[in-house]
Amino acid sequence: MKEILNVKNLKVQVEDKVILKGIDLRINSGEIHVFMGPNGAGKTTFANAIMGNPIYDISEGEIYFKDKLINDLAVDERAREGIFMSFQAPIEVPGITVENFLKTAKTAVTGETQRVMPFKRELKSSMGKLEMNPDYASRYLNVGFSGGERKKNEILQMSILNPTLAFLDETDSGLDVDAIRIVSQGINDFHSEENAIVIITHQIKLLEKIKPDFVHVFVDGEIVKSGDMSLALDIEKNGFDAYKKEVE
Amino acid sequence: MAQIEKTQVENIDREIYDIKNEFTYDYKTNAGLTPEIIREISAQKNEPEWMLDFRLKSLEIYNKLDIPTWGADISELDMDNIVTYVKPKSGLNYSWDDVPDDIKNTFDSLGIVEADQKSLAGVGAQYDSEVVYHSIQENLIKKGVIYTDFETAVREHEDIIREYFMKLVPPTDHKFAALHGAVWSGGSFVYVPEGVHVDIPIQSYFRQNAPGTGQFEHTLIIVEKGASVHFIEGCSAPKYNVNNLHAGCVELHVKEDAYLRYSTIENWSKNMFNLNTKRALVDKNGTIEWVSGSFGSKVSYLYPMSILRGEGSKSEFTGITFAGEGQNLDTGTKVVMAAPNTSSNVNSKSISKSGGIATYRGLLKITPEARGAKATTNCESLMLDNESRSDTVPVIIIENDDVDIGHEATIGRISDETIFYLMSRGISEDEAKSMVVRGFAEPISKELPLEYSVEMNNLINLELKGTIG
Repeated sequence: MKEILNVKNLKVQVEDKVILKGIDLRINSGEIHVFMGPNGAGKTTFANAIMGNPIYDISEGEIYFKDKLINDLAVDERAREGIFMSFQAPIEVPGITVENFLKTAKTAVTGETQRVMPFKRELKSSMGKLEMNPDYASRYLNVGFSGGERKKNEILQMSILNPTLAFLDETDSGLDVDAIRIVSQGINDFHSEENAIVIITHQIKLLEKIKPDFVHVFVDGEIVKSGDMSLALDIEKNGFDAYKKEVE
Repeated sequence: MAQIEKTQVENIDREIYDIKNEFTYDYKTNAGLTPEIIREISAQKNEPEWMLDFRLKSLEIYNKLDIPTWGADISELDMDNIVTYVKPKSGLNYSWDDVPDDIKNTFDSLGIVEADQKSLAGVGAQYDSEVVYHSIQENLIKKGVIYTDFETAVREHEDIIREYFMKLVPPTDHKFAALHGAVWSGGSFVYVPEGVHVDIPIQSYFRQNAPGTGQFEHTLIIVEKGASVHFIEGCSAPKYNVNNLHAGCVELHVKEDAYLRYSTIENWSKNMFNLNTKRALVDKNGTIEWVSGSFGSKVSYLYPMSILRGEGSKSEFTGITFAGEGQNLDTGTKVVMAAPNTSSNVNSKSISKSGGIATYRGLLKITPEARGAKATTNCESLMLDNESRSDTVPVIIIENDDVDIGHEATIGRISDETIFYLMSRGISEDEAKSMVVRGFAEPISKELPLEYSVEMNNLINLELKGTIG
């Protein structure tokens, strides 16, 4: 087991608003972590800060990814190091097909020009596993996609780009039972001893199909409790109130 | 496959557009505009008397008309310093082997020589003021299709030329139409007889090499009843430190049930004043389709116009304009709907960056006769930074109440969120921006023949990298 991510005392603000108040977290290969917590607690901010979204300012702390300090790396450099983040609301990019986009992205991430036919085969196979209509390959990125198709498309990107660390930000929200099954299968297929996943979620349906190793409760910009799946089950039953009080 | 090639162009060879051959010529006039210079041009071309008269009359009109004051500033254009006629060191050839090496190599690197053999039914290549190469497939000649340079047309098809030449764009139309009438040179004449379908495109390429000169090619296309053709025009010029002028004129006659698609990519250098006039007259149930990409130039005035005079005639316009630093591209469309049940569809896009100005200036006029007219206009502008400017100036004149009109204009910027999304997939910031811009331009590039859509993507990448001087 190798250390993938080591975050030390991470403080993050957007404009002048402090969102993360000092997060410490270590993630090793082969692990699945879950972030839970009320809206606005800083879960998405954490993922964005690790991905390098320029609107989030790191005011203090260090992010080590595979033993390398990455605080100053640009977003694309972090992606090429092996970090991935699925979006809650994936952006529409008219005029760029899913296939072209993924081919360009994979070329960038691997540093190797993708050959046309093998890439097409890989794409088709990955789409098949996610029960995506192959027509989506030639459609413009997220344009006119339903909520479910967008989420599947994010998982597709993860499986094609094969990152070492993937943040899945509410990938399960708005999905019906079938889609949850397909997406969770996609996540399980991707997961290996070589990579790690962070799942940000409000519900445990997805977690029942994916066996998380750790559950962290975010409240008001801090991790107030860490534990295992039983913590998620407790939150499902009793809500966050008990943890909110711990902050006060 | 085509799709892949379109967006995978990574190694851009800026040199292709900027090959500067040594300025050699067989003959050139002095700079400026005088009756003597007009006579010289006409004599060089061994023209009939009526054409010389037409030129001299046009010069008189030119001298009477004012420079338009409503658009981009062209006060830097000094006609006294523009050489209006440069005859290249090459006559008209029908084999590339006969074209002098430096000129041939220019067209070769622009992809024209290869396209001629592979994918086109006919090719014309103009270098400075004269066409240096022409080809047309034998089977089209047999069907009565005419495709020649304009000088040959004046000699060999005088009756048709006299009937149509500058009737649609008369020299009185505006100052630069008059200038064109006085000093026009080179260009293309296409005649497609009744019922003949030309299945693969024909293409003319206009290359302006000489510094401080003007290019004034004339294009006349006549598509007779029930006939069809796709004509492609490409233009480019290398950059010099002196201003160049392009004042071409395109006249398109689309007869009953005929179909003409006119595609063009203009890729001028940024010292060019591009003051071009294009107009189509469409008869009953005829269709004109314009596909237009305007790149480069210092100032452009370009408003392809469709006159729908026949019942049920149609005009489709798909165009894109890219204005970078120091450029003012004033483009748009004019559509006059003057018969019942006509339809017009305009889809115009513009991109501006680094202080460039992109203006859409449109006129839609629906006359009292045009009952049941349908017209839609869609203008989208993408500004890449805060210094650039984009304006939409539509004029809509409706003179009857049985019409269906839609107009939509949107102006936007590339969102930081989109760039973040693409970069989070490992794509560099430059490539992410260029992907968004290429995606924005895609509705136009997909309408262009492959080589041109590749060229357009190259141009977009070049513009984004800021490497065009």
